[in-house]
Amino acid sequence: MATSSSLYTYRRIKNVIALSLSVVATLIGLIFLAWILWETLRQGIGALRPQLFTKITAYGEDGGLANAMVGSFIVNLVGILIATPIGVLAGTWLAEYANGTKLGESIRFLNDILLSAPSIVLGLFVYTIVVLPSTSLTNGSTTFSGWAGGVALALIALPVIVRTSDEMLRLVPSTLREASLSLGIPQWKLTTQILIRAARSGIITGVLLALARISGETAPLLFTAFGNNYMTFNPSDKMSSLPQVIYQYANDPGEGLHAIAWAGAFVLTMFVLLLSLASRLVLSRSKVSHD
Amino acid sequence: MQANVGAVAATVPQGEERARRDARHDRLFSWLLKGCALLVLACLLGAAGATLWGGRHAFGTFGWHFLVSSAWDPGSDTYGALVPVYGTLMTSFIALIIAVPVSFGVALYLSEVAPPWLRTPVASAIELLAGIPSIIYGMWGLFIFAPFFADHIKPWLTNYLGDKPDDGKLSWVAQHTFLGKLFGSDYPFGASILTAGIVLAVMIIPFISSVMREVFQTVPTRLKESAYALGSSTWEVSWDIVLPYTRSAVIGGIFLGLGRALGETMAVTFVLGNAMQLSPSILDPGASIASTIANQFSEAAGLQKSTLMALAFLLFVVTFIVLLIARWMLRQLAHKEGR
Repeated sequence: MATSSSLYTYRRIKNVIALSLSVVATLIGLIFLAWILWETLRQGIGALRPQLFTKITAYGEDGGLANAMVGSFIVNLVGILIATPIGVLAGTWLAEYANGTKLGESIRFLNDILLSAPSIVLGLFVYTIVVLPSTSLTNGSTTFSGWAGGVALALIALPVIVRTSDEMLRLVPSTLREASLSLGIPQWKLTTQILIRAARSGIITGVLLALARISGETAPLLFTAFGNNYMTFNPSDKMSSLPQVIYQYANDPGEGLHAIAWAGAFVLTMFVLLLSLASRLVLSRSKVSHD
Repeated sequence: MQANVGAVAATVPQGEERARRDARHDRLFSWLLKGCALLVLACLLGAAGATLWGGRHAFGTFGWHFLVSSAWDPGSDTYGALVPVYGTLMTSFIALIIAVPVSFGVALYLSEVAPPWLRTPVASAIELLAGIPSIIYGMWGLFIFAPFFADHIKPWLTNYLGDKPDDGKLSWVAQHTFLGKLFGSDYPFGASILTAGIVLAVMIIPFISSVMREVFQTVPTRLKESAYALGSSTWEVSWDIVLPYTRSAVIGGIFLGLGRALGETMAVTFVLGNAMQLSPSILDPGASIASTIANQFSEAAGLQKSTLMALAFLLFVVTFIVLLIARWMLRQLAHKEGR
């Protein structure tokens, strides 16, 4: 009896230790989250001032981030505008036309891989197919541009949108398809006017998530949009973006620039977190309305 | 618009004509969709092709020696991949060593230990970590974590474990184990391979733990309840029932995290120190493939540019294989579930 009760004690102790370690692990995760957010808040709010939104980066420590914000907005807009139609259509093909086929399965599989492919390699890809050819058109002066940056971001947004569209369309009840087809509606009309509408809020969530993802991307922009210290609204120019300026300023020895970088980091983090919150709200509201 | 106009006109010759037109539109539409889907394929092939093509000079000049050479000298235009490849693999390896047990702990806590009302908020908080842009991790790592590491963690590691302590007296560990070399460093700053590994670990914890948590929930309740009925403790159920049942998907989740860690650029670039040197110590600065590209590409030309492209190709191939394994492993459980 003594051995079995000591075995019992041993097992109980082991259980308590393991479960306490799991609590510790969760606390570690939460502490890091709190630490990162707290420092971004503290340093960022301390450096917030109005000129951040009105002055451009050419003034350095006395300047702001206005051109970077405008650049970010334009480059992200280009990226989303390219990725959304292609992504939704590709997702529709996966869900409606190729569900269960070999090609469909492999593309779904490869899309998941593209989803976590290194963004810097995608940046180099866009550098090769957009920046280099346009450089040869202009007699050798390297033509970094907002367009190239937008294409790079579109490549990163694309798999996110493909995946959510695919998943959301597959959630649409098949009775809807059967009812429409039995009325003699052609499949393209059924897809564009009924199915995509039924899955609309899910697809919007995907687009918002993709936007949240690309607005924090830095690496692919370094050699596509490159950066620009002056305000420009023309995507054919070099363009700066918020993450790229943060990268540049944080690596600079100047303390004043660090403060601006923190302020930019704060704005960026808030934007990204609000976006992911918004995407969740869109999704949860749609769930309620379906019930 | 066009479709509506067509529909009105078609009322006259009814039936046949209209069916033919619908079929034609359907065909065109499905080609359009298929074309968009094939673009995904084209992106992957294109990224591999473009970097291979861009790296052809480097591969041609250095041959297989490229992979094992630690040279990096823009002066004489000799480059080798060993330093960045080692940095990439080592930082990701450290990240996994830290992140896997922590993620398992988080997933265990969220699926078995935590009271139900606490699960959703804690899970969303952990997932918030995944939403923070990597540049923010980079800044936090550079300005907050690296100095903290240099002041509070690094001295302890170098003095008690490393072979280059401040007072010159080697500890027992440094004399008798390989840890001495691993933790020996006289570099005074916080940027190091270990720092990058820790920051990467924080970044991939939410990915691995959310996959683990998700697959833990697929374990049939019957299986767990049977084990509880036989008198198992929560830990025994998790370790001997839940984990073996979900093994392939858990490994898939870990590889997914590894894929992220390998390709991560910004966070690593900030805290790795960017030194093109091969040091046995993980407390010395190093370089990773992604950080080397981010730092040098815009100023590189000729053979150096080609070398960076070649490095990107290597990175892409390695991540592709890792992610392929990850997705395949994750699929195993889905098949088992009959999905």
